[in-house]
Amino acid sequence: MSTTNAVELRNVVKRFGDIAAVDHVSLEIRDGEFFSLLGPSGCGKTTTLRMIAGFEYPSSGSIVIHGREMATIPPHRRPVNTVFQSYALFPHLTVAQNVAFGLEMQRRPKDEIAARVREALEQVRLSGFADRRPRQLSGGQQQRVALARALINQPEVLLLDEPLGALDQKLRKELQIELKSLQRRVGITFVFVTHDQEEALTMSDRIAVMSQGKVLQIGSPTEIYERPTCRFVADFIGETNFIAGKVIENGANAATIETPDGLRLRGLTPRPVRVGEPAVLSIRPEKALLLAPGDARAGHAFAIPARVELVSYIGSDTRITVRLNDQRTFDVWEQNTLSTLDRDAYWQPGEPAVLVCPPDNALVLTE
Amino acid sequence: MTLNALERERQRRERRTLAALLTPGLLWLILFFALPLVIILVYSFMTNGPRGNIVWQFTLGNYVDLFTRSIYFNAYLRSIWISVLTTVICLVLGYPLALFIVRQPPRWRTVLLFLVLIPFWTNFLVRIYAWQIILANNGLINSALRSLGLPPLTLLNTEGATLLGLVYGELPFMVLPIYAALDRFDFTLMEAAADLGASKRRAFWRVMLPMTMPGVAAGSVLVFIPTIGQFVVSELLGGAKVDYLGNLIQRLFLRSNPPNWPLGSAMAMAMMLVLLALILIYFRTTTEEDR
Repeated sequence: MSTTNAVELRNVVKRFGDIAAVDHVSLEIRDGEFFSLLGPSGCGKTTTLRMIAGFEYPSSGSIVIHGREMATIPPHRRPVNTVFQSYALFPHLTVAQNVAFGLEMQRRPKDEIAARVREALEQVRLSGFADRRPRQLSGGQQQRVALARALINQPEVLLLDEPLGALDQKLRKELQIELKSLQRRVGITFVFVTHDQEEALTMSDRIAVMSQGKVLQIGSPTEIYERPTCRFVADFIGETNFIAGKVIENGANAATIETPDGLRLRGLTPRPVRVGEPAVLSIRPEKALLLAPGDARAGHAFAIPARVELVSYIGSDTRITVRLNDQRTFDVWEQNTLSTLDRDAYWQPGEPAVLVCPPDNALVLTE
Repeated sequence: MTLNALERERQRRERRTLAALLTPGLLWLILFFALPLVIILVYSFMTNGPRGNIVWQFTLGNYVDLFTRSIYFNAYLRSIWISVLTTVICLVLGYPLALFIVRQPPRWRTVLLFLVLIPFWTNFLVRIYAWQIILANNGLINSALRSLGLPPLTLLNTEGATLLGLVYGELPFMVLPIYAALDRFDFTLMEAAADLGASKRRAFWRVMLPMTMPGVAAGSVLVFIPTIGQFVVSELLGGAKVDYLGNLIQRLFLRSNPPNWPLGSAMAMAMMLVLLALILIYFRTTTEEDR
């Protein structure tokens, strides 16, 4: 079982008129994993999910669920269930009737349905709400009803379309943890669509980053954050600094770029680059180091002269914006590990500094 | 003290404005609706004189006649029956039509709704006369049949023609409220139903129909009420061969010699009773939806 794929997409294309909403997407979603489709709105992630659910059919390519081709299977015969962004609870039915809907469609015996509904409502801590109507519940409670209504059918794959999108920040965080632990407990494959990169990083086993209908990178949260393979992914996930230049030398898994003002900077290459190609050096703000001019540690790595422009203390970190020689800005985050109120000894705007970054914390990326 | 007085003064002024606004409409309704209704109610318990005059003597005879004499009771049942039939046919034709229109792109929706409403631009009687021209023995349909060498059909002056005319006339009143209900319906719910294993048919019965029931109920009431009292269509297209409530009432008031206003009034009251029951059911279904 552990080697089978729950869902496979092979070269799936979906066109609406002349526009390819999904453009040759291939994915393998493993059995039991929490898989996220992450990207900005309009990137094709929801269309991809809707094709797995059966609400849309691919223009070409194939979708396979546990080895079965889905091309001719309508949504009501697929072994998947969906939690909709708007929850799509039936307003004319009670909470219990909503949750029972799927089992009723399978024509299960009445007492089995009653027992399983009770169990499902317990699982999402809504036991006392069985006879309420959906509109009498809060957003978070409605979301949990939608979850119970889907999970009660024991689907092979659960599809979730931005299910936390309509909730406030605090509730979102709570439900992220709840959803993740629920997924571990029931062991069902989750395919989760979101535009919130933090949400995807928190919950997923693996993430597919999408943009303009294409999958740009698939990997674990760490891989996606630490080793983005292109500029878009580095930019979309978390914060980063880009220094633009041209590749002048490349090795096995590292390369050097030269900036227009003649700086030569070296970084790792998650994806091979060619000499002469335009590229950027991507450095996360927490991975760069700001040193006083003349600091001995500057000798080991590349060092760029800079001037401190802005210092913002935000509690856990201090965020320092420096200006480089060619007027570009660059952000450096320093963690406030030492409890010090003596801010006078800290960086002051206007001070000269040296920006340092070890080469294995810098990446050379192309478009 | 003064505050209380001010408050009382304010309330008095508010009451006066309200009275001024309501009086004209209220007077109109009392004079032209409630009063005639009371007159009809009183008449229905009076005795008919030999020359068609009202004899002021209380009797339940009119109601007894209505329920015991088959000519009246059959008309009563026949009217209910054809109204039910008209309503059901309008529903069966109108629901799919409304659904089709709702699913079109917005621009087409406007055009199609406009087409549904176009018949109202012409007087109803004129349109019914037009149907005579279509259905007559040497009318449009039979001329076409004859030119194809087929035998002619008797279409006009049949009960089928009455039903056709009624459905034709009432269909828009069914389509519009159902359209309004479907317009508010969230079609994601149909996806949710399919996702939970419901075929299109089951999703319709379990989700779409219950949720658009207020539209169905409103349309049914709008179709049923005018149909039960109608007499024009059954006379012009049905050839007045069979009596419906409306035809009898019209005849008892205006045509029979001598006229019988008390019996006509009793029939009108009996008709209102059916409608009252129907409207009570209607309010039941809609308020349940709103709970």
